[in-house]
Amino acid sequence: MQILSGNEAFARGVYEAGVTVACGYPGTPSTEILENAVKFKPAIYCEWSPNEKVAFEVAAAAACAGARAIVTMKHVGLNVAADPLMTLSYLGVEGGFVAIVADDPGMHSSQNEQDTRNYARFAKIPLLEPSDSQEAKDFLKLGIEISEKYKTPVIVRTTTRVSHSRSIVELAERVENTRTIGLEKNPPRWVPVPQWARVMRRTVEDRLGKLRADACSSPANRIEWRDKSLGIITASIAYQYVREVWPEASALKLGFSYPYPDDLIRQFAGSVQKVLIVEELDDFLEEHIKAMGIACVGKQFVPNIGELSVTTLQASRAKMEGREVPAETPTPFADELPARPPVLCPGCPHRGVFAALGKYDVIVTGDIGCYSLGAFKPLNRLDIILCMGGGISMAHGLDKAGDKRTIVGIVGDSTFFHSGVTGLMDIAYNKGCSKIIVVDNRTTAMTGHQDHPGTGQTLMGEPTVTISIEEIGRACGFKRVRTINPYNTNETLEVLNEELSVKEPSLIVSRGGCPLHEKKKVGPVRRINQDLCKACRACVRIGCPAIDGGQKKPFINEFLCNGCSLCQQMCAFGAISAVEEKL
Amino acid sequence: MSDNGAIESVVLAGVGGQGILLASEILAKAAMIAGNDVKTNEVHGMAQRGGSVIGQIRYGKKVYSPLVARGTARVLCALEQIEALRYAEYLAPGGLVVVNSQTITPVTVSMGAAKYPKDVEAKLRSVFPRLIYFDAGKRAVEVGDIRAANVVLLGALSTGLDLPMEAWKRAIEDSVKPKFREMNLKAFDIGRSCA
Repeated sequence: MQILSGNEAFARGVYEAGVTVACGYPGTPSTEILENAVKFKPAIYCEWSPNEKVAFEVAAAAACAGARAIVTMKHVGLNVAADPLMTLSYLGVEGGFVAIVADDPGMHSSQNEQDTRNYARFAKIPLLEPSDSQEAKDFLKLGIEISEKYKTPVIVRTTTRVSHSRSIVELAERVENTRTIGLEKNPPRWVPVPQWARVMRRTVEDRLGKLRADACSSPANRIEWRDKSLGIITASIAYQYVREVWPEASALKLGFSYPYPDDLIRQFAGSVQKVLIVEELDDFLEEHIKAMGIACVGKQFVPNIGELSVTTLQASRAKMEGREVPAETPTPFADELPARPPVLCPGCPHRGVFAALGKYDVIVTGDIGCYSLGAFKPLNRLDIILCMGGGISMAHGLDKAGDKRTIVGIVGDSTFFHSGVTGLMDIAYNKGCSKIIVVDNRTTAMTGHQDHPGTGQTLMGEPTVTISIEEIGRACGFKRVRTINPYNTNETLEVLNEELSVKEPSLIVSRGGCPLHEKKKVGPVRRINQDLCKACRACVRIGCPAIDGGQKKPFINEFLCNGCSLCQQMCAFGAISAVEEKL
Repeated sequence: MSDNGAIESVVLAGVGGQGILLASEILAKAAMIAGNDVKTNEVHGMAQRGGSVIGQIRYGKKVYSPLVARGTARVLCALEQIEALRYAEYLAPGGLVVVNSQTITPVTVSMGAAKYPKDVEAKLRSVFPRLIYFDAGKRAVEVGDIRAANVVLLGALSTGLDLPMEAWKRAIEDSVKPKFREMNLKAFDIGRSCA
């Protein structure tokens, strides 16, 4: 027995299921699955692919060849991988294939809270929803089993609270895949040209019928009979909350929730006086159960926005029973509590770029990563964000729309490799004139420092080629490609002055390693000489958490300072200098 | 009514990077060693960049929700003093509150957009009748490393729970590298004596 997070349990399940190929792209809350799966090397080949679509395709092909394979991503990653998902459903697989997709209800670390369950119905493939770590491991294995039995891809959907909660898990031995690996030469099976795709289309529908029957008898779906005046149909983490808020009620706990187990739902609903559906995010179950002609309630009492909790469901129960909803306990001294928003770390190389951009009247299109934090005060240097890679293409869109200001697109290194390159081609090919800055901190930082094609190392820990952002820029047709050191303000401003004034596209690579990742200070710690300080607060405006500007004259917390010297370069009075190292 | 018996809930509040994960891991292991079912929840991603974070631990005969409901935490422990106020809503009536007197200035205060509250200790005492308030970092330095402040706090909050000492000791030994074992065991004892 071990206490494992949901993501650690998934990784253990990947090992026990005999999976040999595991791919993914980092994204909270899914990242730790592959980080833990790679601990089982060489039994499992693991890779961070450049993006989710590539990861999906690599794992899919492995499964077509008979290997057991998984792919991991966050919910929005499945949008990127939706293209191969929809047609892999037609091709099917030989070895087990599971896509573990992590939703983020409440948007703890995401730009939207889309409900991945809809993708299972959309792609007509089975959906499993674990509600704790033991089920994370068990359902991953069940997913591989179902996948092989019906030759279908399977989605295992997790959420932030399943992935990042820990609970006790019983471990088991690994069961190896005994198939001979190799793609069978059989074009009608693997080539979805129209005449063959039409045949596959029927197979998909036949498969759904068989899967529906299996879902009704699956151990992942169970009825817990208690008092029959209320029966609750629920799944995923919501089940755990239901058991605490309605401990006396009967429950149909769905773990294999698509294809909908219609007979089981009918049996349950027919045996209780009233049916309540409790599910997080969309009315994925409720809409279908209502369409089956079963009287039930759900979203009229249970929120469809944000994540559920025992507290929100206690309110739902009170509403349903016509009782007054318990009032929220007010936070003591709430008016006096300063907010503590996430910020760019001390010594973050992105800060220099944002601080420099603050000197220009430009529109900045941003992207997904730590540098999204550049949108907040005091930097305020990011105007719009849409999605991964959007920082580059949206710059081009504003430019073509006729926005008269200079348009600057900002994208991180990992994001650039993920989906920035195609946008870059678009700018050069379609004669745009946006200025693109790749803030290259040599790692995928926000998700906890994963490697990518520009870091020179694989997830398996092997040295490899380092793909050059500058070379890609030139290959995409950019004539102006510059590299800057973001810790040198004068150099940064000089390059920006030149590049922002020309009427052609420009690629600027701002290169400085993430100090959190490299685990070393950028330079010696800085100190403010209180006698020289004129309290102009120029250093405070760079938004460094190591600079405490709570008093009239700011001071530097030397424990937090990473010695990047940006504050020193901002100071017009020479009040900031390096602290001499004690010998 | 319920089949899960009495459940103990603990909330650890602080700022990203203060060691909530390790404290939460030790507590969860101690609970498991003592024969309990246990669930915990932690924060990753965006919220860790210097933001306000919490760790939640629940144990008992059978635990369902990994999240602590409002008004049910038997112990609330803050690794930074004002975070105790921010998460006060989790505390059960009569629950124990353990607060590290350390101040970490939020960036909103550094920028001058907000003020750090004055007289925090008095405010805490006015809100929390059962309060242990002390400088855990200072006590951690006494045993050799300021980073053991989280374990000092665990020692203090252990007085509000019913887990046996043996379970705590084994959990600590199991969670830290061998060369830090002795120091962390001492840190735990010092914390316990501060209660």
